[in-house]
Amino acid sequence: MIELDRVSVSFEGESEPVLRDVSLRLEEGELALVVGRTGSGKSTLLGAITGHVPHFTGGTLAGSVRVFGRDTREHRPRDLADLVGVVGQDPLAGFVTDTVEEELAYGMEQLGLGASTMRKRVEETLDVLGIADLRGAALRELSGGQQQRVAIGSVLTTHPKVLVLDEPTSALDPTGAEDVLATITRLVHDLAVTVVVAEHRIERVLQYADTLVHVGAHGVVTQGDPAEVMRTADVAPPVVELGRWAGWEPLPLSVRDARRRAAPWRSLPASPREVVAAPGPVLLDARRVTVTHDAVVAVAEVDVTLRAGEVTALMGRNGAGKSSLLWAVQGSGPMRSGTVRRRHGSSSDETDVRALDAAERRRHVGLVPQSAADLLYLDTVGAECTQADSESGREPGTCRSLLDDLAPGIPDDRHPRDLSEGQRLAVVLAVQLTADPPVLLLDEPTRGLDYAGKGALRAALRRLVARGRSVVVSTHDVEFVAESADRVVVMAAGEVVADGPTADVVVASPAFAPQVAKITSPQPWLTVDDVRYAVREPS
Amino acid sequence: MAWWLWAIGLAVAVSNVTNPFLLLTALCVAALVVLSRRGSSPWAGSFRLYLWLGGFIVLVRAVLHVLVGLKFGGAVVLPLPEVSLPSWAAGINLLGDVRLGGLVGAVTEGLRLAVMIACIGAANSLANPKRLLRTLPGALSEIGSAVVVTISVAPQLAESVQRVMRARALRGDTSRGIRAVPRVALPVLEDTLDRSLMLASAMDSRGYGRRREVGGARRALTAACTLGGLLASAVGIYGVLDATTPGWMGLPALSLGIGLSLAGIWLGGAANARSTYRPDPWRGAEWLTVACGAAAAVAVQFVRRTDAASLGIPLDPLGVPALPLLALAGLLVAALPAFLTPPPPPPSPRGAAASRPLPAEVHP
Repeated sequence: MIELDRVSVSFEGESEPVLRDVSLRLEEGELALVVGRTGSGKSTLLGAITGHVPHFTGGTLAGSVRVFGRDTREHRPRDLADLVGVVGQDPLAGFVTDTVEEELAYGMEQLGLGASTMRKRVEETLDVLGIADLRGAALRELSGGQQQRVAIGSVLTTHPKVLVLDEPTSALDPTGAEDVLATITRLVHDLAVTVVVAEHRIERVLQYADTLVHVGAHGVVTQGDPAEVMRTADVAPPVVELGRWAGWEPLPLSVRDARRRAAPWRSLPASPREVVAAPGPVLLDARRVTVTHDAVVAVAEVDVTLRAGEVTALMGRNGAGKSSLLWAVQGSGPMRSGTVRRRHGSSSDETDVRALDAAERRRHVGLVPQSAADLLYLDTVGAECTQADSESGREPGTCRSLLDDLAPGIPDDRHPRDLSEGQRLAVVLAVQLTADPPVLLLDEPTRGLDYAGKGALRAALRRLVARGRSVVVSTHDVEFVAESADRVVVMAAGEVVADGPTADVVVASPAFAPQVAKITSPQPWLTVDDVRYAVREPS
Repeated sequence: MAWWLWAIGLAVAVSNVTNPFLLLTALCVAALVVLSRRGSSPWAGSFRLYLWLGGFIVLVRAVLHVLVGLKFGGAVVLPLPEVSLPSWAAGINLLGDVRLGGLVGAVTEGLRLAVMIACIGAANSLANPKRLLRTLPGALSEIGSAVVVTISVAPQLAESVQRVMRARALRGDTSRGIRAVPRVALPVLEDTLDRSLMLASAMDSRGYGRRREVGGARRALTAACTLGGLLASAVGIYGVLDATTPGWMGLPALSLGIGLSLAGIWLGGAANARSTYRPDPWRGAEWLTVACGAAAAVAVQFVRRTDAASLGIPLDPLGVPALPLLALAGLLVAALPAFLTPPPPPPSPRGAAASRPLPAEVHP
């Protein structure tokens, strides 16, 4: 049982508290989902429960937090280790040892449990999580989903009563995320663990939640029945958005519930929203691209053609070769064999992208890497913009005005590290767009963005393709793909397994189908807007 | 643990030897044991690095001898002019004729150091240094964890440098040298700092640094033991090294100091509730390994007491070194673990991970 009594958290130098007067009560064996906009204080709320706020982060905490009777004022996180298990966003960053078995035992060693108990619990945990065949494996060699399950296992071995997870699936592909979520729900049902989980992609967890904690603007927190809270929450997955629009009572939270309510829609005429515009001229043509890392073939003889006016989504499992392909096409990454040619209008005029030097290349093909912050090394946003103008040979102010289009209101003197995830992405995007490349590649840009942030990114990308540019986005986020991409390329084990218009590729696949498609199939609708257009008037 | 003691025995054995026959025997022994008993872990391949380092040391020693060494003995190998230095540097000969005796002496000196390093390298590739740290007593186990974390940071640092370098190419910036340093260092430092904070917070919430409740008297006793032990050790070492001090200041004080320090560590460890998962067993094979290492050390030390000249090499005039059979036998005994200890376990089963290609997303 977790009780927060009139908790306020404020950090020095901030004008208003991150959390204001929060009173919560989470019962034993509940799955509590914490939702809210990026930067709203979700992590601070979780930190207050685990004792990291204020013991680790500093700041001032007023009120009291009691976890199964222990007050976090007197108990540091390490004193709660036998009671609270914490799993972070990036499992690899939290690993202390280097093999699965040792990692599972680490927490127990710290608590001083007996050797036989440790042996027994390690075996039990390996079975509960279904990772028994990985016991001797090196942690760094596991896939993302496996790593996250080991991270959960490593806190489970101490038999905690509370499990706190901060965006456990944000780095995972849809299948890996399903595995982790299945594990979490199983823990709640079988072991009566109280689970507190914060998640951006609410659609994945919402249907399993017993109680919903919404962190709103100005640190105001509300707790209640998921369907009740979702009615007014400032973040909403497609299923909720659809339910709100259609006025369904009670609000459906799962695809199953919504599908029942949407039954009458299935007989409506499909009336697709927009006629697909004829794709523009070919801007980039990559042939038989092969990338190898030592002995592993990451990309095997892939052909990609990018046309003007098209947003292409690149999907596939973690490790399917998406990043390798993007880096090879941009020209900075390794490529074993193949050609990448930039076409200029007429078919005879071509440039070999890989033969250019780095400065010249980025005027043809721009890439925003997965860890976008790597590109920023100056101490203010203004300095970054000036630097971008000079290295691209554009007139001063180009980058700044691009940035104002993407994300207005970022002051020049702000340090890039102090920006939110979405703002930092906007700065990097502006820096890369200053060179005005006709082809822009983005590697996992939606990580850490909430629904509004994704909306802003989508609008920016649509503006680009409207100007005759071509954009490629690699992502795991099926809802983002459904709303923004014209075309989807699916990769598996280094090969392209599907390539076609979004509706065709995505609807057919069980893993990649967006919620709206699942709810309204066999209709060809992908997004709430499609439904709004086709149904016109909710019944 | 046993391998480290074995390696220390071998290193002690060669520490007084400049006889090239014995040195090369020791080197062969170390190499033989490494080749037959190393595991499949990534650090098992590190022996080769230590050999390269050893070779480099021999080379440096020889070059230094040619530059500033005292040239003596036998035939002139390489006639070089001698540079006379001003009076304030008198006694240092720069260059000068290189003579055979001096050169051989320098090379054997270098070889001795190289073989000692090869012994440590052998231990490193035979046993995971991280497992060695796990055998530390309770009071020091937290330092051990810290060292383990530090070791694992190094490859991550290299990875993030690589990532940032690649990201710079995306901004069209491929400059190298001094100008590039802040542009790489800043993102890498930020990245490392973030990771360290995340790791620290994860370790904290998993109970790192937990303490049992300890009474005040016990704490005072621990402090007294540790401080007293350090003081007595200092006095003891002074006494051992300085012959003019009274007898009680030597060995007795030193052993008292070591005893008190050990007691302090033990008392301090009792406050730490930590336990060890599947501690490395200590069985007959471990005893055998340590005994073989010790045998080598004892045999060579015995020869040193009886017939010290045979461990060296006659340089002036240069001659063929003797072959002390007892020392040779001792070194060969150290090779026995290569045949008598159980072979290392086969590579750990990786399950699905082994057949899976490496996560290319992380290393595009």
